[in-house]
Amino acid sequence: MNIIVCIKQVPGTTEIKIDPKTNTLVREGVKSIINPFDCYAVEEGVRLRERYGGKVSVITMGPPQAEEALRETISLGADEAILLSDRAFAGSDTWATSYVLSRAAAKIANYDLIICGKQTLDGDTAQVGPGVSEMLKIPFIAYVSKIEEIKDKYIKVQRMVEEGYEVIEATLPAVITVVKEINVPRLPSLRGTMKAKSAKIPVWNAAEIGVEADKAGIPGSPTRVVKIFYPKRTHKSEIFQGSLEEQVGQLAERLEKMV
Amino acid sequence: MEYFLTEQQKLIKSIARRIAEERILPVRAELDEKEEFPWEIIKDIANADLFRIFIPEQYEGMGEGSFALVIAVEELSRACAGVSLTYAADALGAFPILLYASEKQKQQYLPVIASGAKLTAFGLTESGAGSDAGAIKTTAKKDGDSYVLNGTKQFITNGGEAEIYTVIALTDPTKGSRGASAFIVEKGTPGFTFGKKEKKLGIRCSATRELVFHNCRIPKENLLGREGMGFIVTMKTLDSSRPGVGALALGLAQGALEAAVAYARQRVQFGHPVSSIQAVQHMLANMAMELEAARALVYATAKTIDSGAKNFTEEGAMAKVFATDMAMKVTTDAVQVFGGVGYMRDYPVEKMMRDAKINQIYEGTNQVLRNVIALELLRRKGLRE
Repeated sequence: MNIIVCIKQVPGTTEIKIDPKTNTLVREGVKSIINPFDCYAVEEGVRLRERYGGKVSVITMGPPQAEEALRETISLGADEAILLSDRAFAGSDTWATSYVLSRAAAKIANYDLIICGKQTLDGDTAQVGPGVSEMLKIPFIAYVSKIEEIKDKYIKVQRMVEEGYEVIEATLPAVITVVKEINVPRLPSLRGTMKAKSAKIPVWNAAEIGVEADKAGIPGSPTRVVKIFYPKRTHKSEIFQGSLEEQVGQLAERLEKMV
Repeated sequence: MEYFLTEQQKLIKSIARRIAEERILPVRAELDEKEEFPWEIIKDIANADLFRIFIPEQYEGMGEGSFALVIAVEELSRACAGVSLTYAADALGAFPILLYASEKQKQQYLPVIASGAKLTAFGLTESGAGSDAGAIKTTAKKDGDSYVLNGTKQFITNGGEAEIYTVIALTDPTKGSRGASAFIVEKGTPGFTFGKKEKKLGIRCSATRELVFHNCRIPKENLLGREGMGFIVTMKTLDSSRPGVGALALGLAQGALEAAVAYARQRVQFGHPVSSIQAVQHMLANMAMELEAARALVYATAKTIDSGAKNFTEEGAMAKVFATDMAMKVTTDAVQVFGGVGYMRDYPVEKMMRDAKINQIYEGTNQVLRNVIALELLRRKGLRE
């Protein structure tokens, strides 16, 4: 059972600051953490390894300092961790990120399962998990709250839906995204922390994973961020009147003005 | 105060602290209220490798010794002395094996203890043998390739929950304490059952139970050391474990002091926080001073043991007595600083005060240990090396 877990290093705060010039997150002075949903993904990967044997490989795409997050996953039981880092990756949106991660998974090869957190704390899109599965052309299951069993190249899981859960089977290899209900992540162990301190974290660049330059980073990202801003705090409230269509029209008009 | 912790010791401290704050703190009141054994937390402690620190490396431990154990016990106890005691009592049950087991016995038992997969317990006390440990009545009669145990042990920490028990029984009742021997008895052995679970004043999530032996037959290979060594095994085991009791007291007092300071800063009377009242300040200052003095003594004792000292009976007794008397006083004063609400179960300090008391009683009452200290003191004519 070889498992790949995709993680992201995110600012460990709910008070996100945005640089008005670049429309990107201000990371200075904010402690970075592993995206909390990804901690459940790492834990589930380690538990599956403990149950079925095999290996847990953690990957992240990010700047050199993301190595710190990868090291932490080793203290939590991961067997190896690989940093995907290249200037060509900078500015990737969820599409380009999914592409880069899928290339790395293809290079690792021989995987049975890819686990991601359901979404990140900063981007909140929940698009990268499904994106990776599309690019690898393998099945995808979102919001997994329990892995019931894995056998004969099949996985059977419970996935959260609005009213209760569904039980779904998929062939392996597959991609799943997990929710916090799936487990309680362990704390780092002494042996794991010592192993993490001396672990070698390989860095793979675009060429090494066969990423085509125009498919990653800003050139590879169809998303265009026009403007990011905080809504002004006002205590004025306004209730739109009229028919539903009229109300929607008024709302759309307002939103357009804000941008 | 700088105690010059190594990188490894700092790591042990930070991992134990995370378990205390993230896993123990949210549930300690509930565990106390329900008198529920903290299995989930024990699993966390095991997963974090903390059961490995007091086991040598060749038996899948980490060989970190007494000081590391003291640091871990203190951090856990800062959140809950009941949980911390469960952990410390596992070390207590392991010490007879660490100190006196044959290579074969060590290979068999220490790796599983190091992993935390099985807990241990130490069985000495009986209804008629508390401070007078030589008065035990449990017997172990040799019968061919076995020993047959009969008798009842009382107040055994981790009783019922542990899988591996180190038990003191008389192989020759005519010789009194010189006829005592130490044995390893595994849970599930026919004739070995558990009596009533005690309902206690404090440390209520820890299990305290009777061990009942009725024609319990164990292989003769389960003897620790030789016949007649039971009393020596007991004394050396308790010498080794007492700094751990001191550490338990340190953590309790640290938790109580932190709670008292935080409360004094926010409780307003006469228009000011009560922390501005000199009478309260002096109480807090005394608590802090006595705690730090006890910490220095407990740490120094543990480091003495780790340095390879042969005899540390006196130091171990001093560390235990001084720290546990301190913790009783500090936790009681913490309740006083809180005033009326401190007496209520809504706040943590009344539990700390209840948890503190037992530390002056078990592993040698503080009165018996003063006898021990005095004996050693008179033997060395009060002189210092």
